[in-house]
Amino acid sequence: MIVDRETRGGATRLNTWLSHVLRAGVAVSAVVILTGAAIYLARHGSARLGDRVFHGEPADLRSVTGIVGGVRRLESRAIVQLGLLMLIATPIARVVASAIGFLWARDRLYVALTGAVLMLLAYSLFRL
Amino acid sequence: MNIAFGSLALGLGSLAAGFLGALTGLGGGVVIVPLLVLVFHVDMRYAIGASLVSVIATSSGAAVAYVQEGLSNIRLGMFLEIATTLGAISGAALVTHVPTRTLAVLFGLVLLYSAYLSSERVVQSRPEPTGPSPAASWLRLNAAQPTPAGPVPYVVQNVTGGFSLMYVAGVLSGLLGIGSGAVKVLAMDHVMRLPFKVSTATSNFMIGVTAAASAGIYLRRGYLDPGIAWPVVLGVLAGALIGARTLVRAPIGRLRTVFVAVIVLLGIEMLYNGLMGRA
Repeated sequence: MIVDRETRGGATRLNTWLSHVLRAGVAVSAVVILTGAAIYLARHGSARLGDRVFHGEPADLRSVTGIVGGVRRLESRAIVQLGLLMLIATPIARVVASAIGFLWARDRLYVALTGAVLMLLAYSLFRL
Repeated sequence: MNIAFGSLALGLGSLAAGFLGALTGLGGGVVIVPLLVLVFHVDMRYAIGASLVSVIATSSGAAVAYVQEGLSNIRLGMFLEIATTLGAISGAALVTHVPTRTLAVLFGLVLLYSAYLSSERVVQSRPEPTGPSPAASWLRLNAAQPTPAGPVPYVVQNVTGGFSLMYVAGVLSGLLGIGSGAVKVLAMDHVMRLPFKVSTATSNFMIGVTAAASAGIYLRRGYLDPGIAWPVVLGVLAGALIGARTLVRAPIGRLRTVFVAVIVLLGIEMLYNGLMGRA
């Protein structure tokens, strides 16, 4: 049989779960970005727009720990950056949710494949 | 010009891009970078960073509906994400070694190719009734498409070819900050012979993960500027949401032609700027 029926029920439950993760991730990130942007505009909105020449971001806005530190000091740019980071984390959370779903369905092959994707994502976000 | 006004202009431009992208089904991502570079004179690297994050926002939003309907083939998506994330990491690693004018030329070519693909009438490819490939069976990639008349089974072919093309899609995504939806659909529709709706839905499901893989590297390299990214992300997201709501009532044929024409013009200008060394 081409369609494997045994995991169909599980896959449907997984689908619903995955769509919740995605929707919540986008909504929460958008609210955080909007909050940071509002503070940013209130503080710097009337400042002259700098030329958009590339200079690279300061170290504080480049790493997870740096961003968290900036948020603690209520820096508006760090709050926006946290929102962007949460947006980047949304599809990653979706992969984690898939891994749990496959684990639940005792689908060893796909637990391994999902784990490989997670390792690649961790590599991209934390070191290179 | 002050920051408030500049952000508003950037936000409105991105809103228009997200709106047209959702309405025409072409995605806004492909026009965000040229819009930022050509109209707002943002550095190419900042533009790519902002575009990547907005691609994550819109594709995750659109994936919600597809995933719920069961149109996305989640196993196939997970398997192919190995290729796209590997590609995205390679692409993002390459960016530092590629001059921005070369990126502009490559971007111009991709824009022209996307315009060509979308002006072509989409041929509904019928999967041939041959047996599934051994790799597809072993990976259990064959599934069924939900239709009003009940599930219609389909078989996946040429797994190796599709996987390789997905790597290329990932490299382009990491290098240029786009979703590479066109290349992903090409790989699944033409090479792996999936039903068109399943390829579109599965491609959308994968775009977010692919973009996240390179966005992490962009963030750590300092290519993600919050001041530029916030109006772009919120604008594109709002535009895509409005676009998805108006989808039913709009005369899409003409809008599509206009949007494709815009893509062609942006492509030519990117190509020209790159070749003249002005990007």
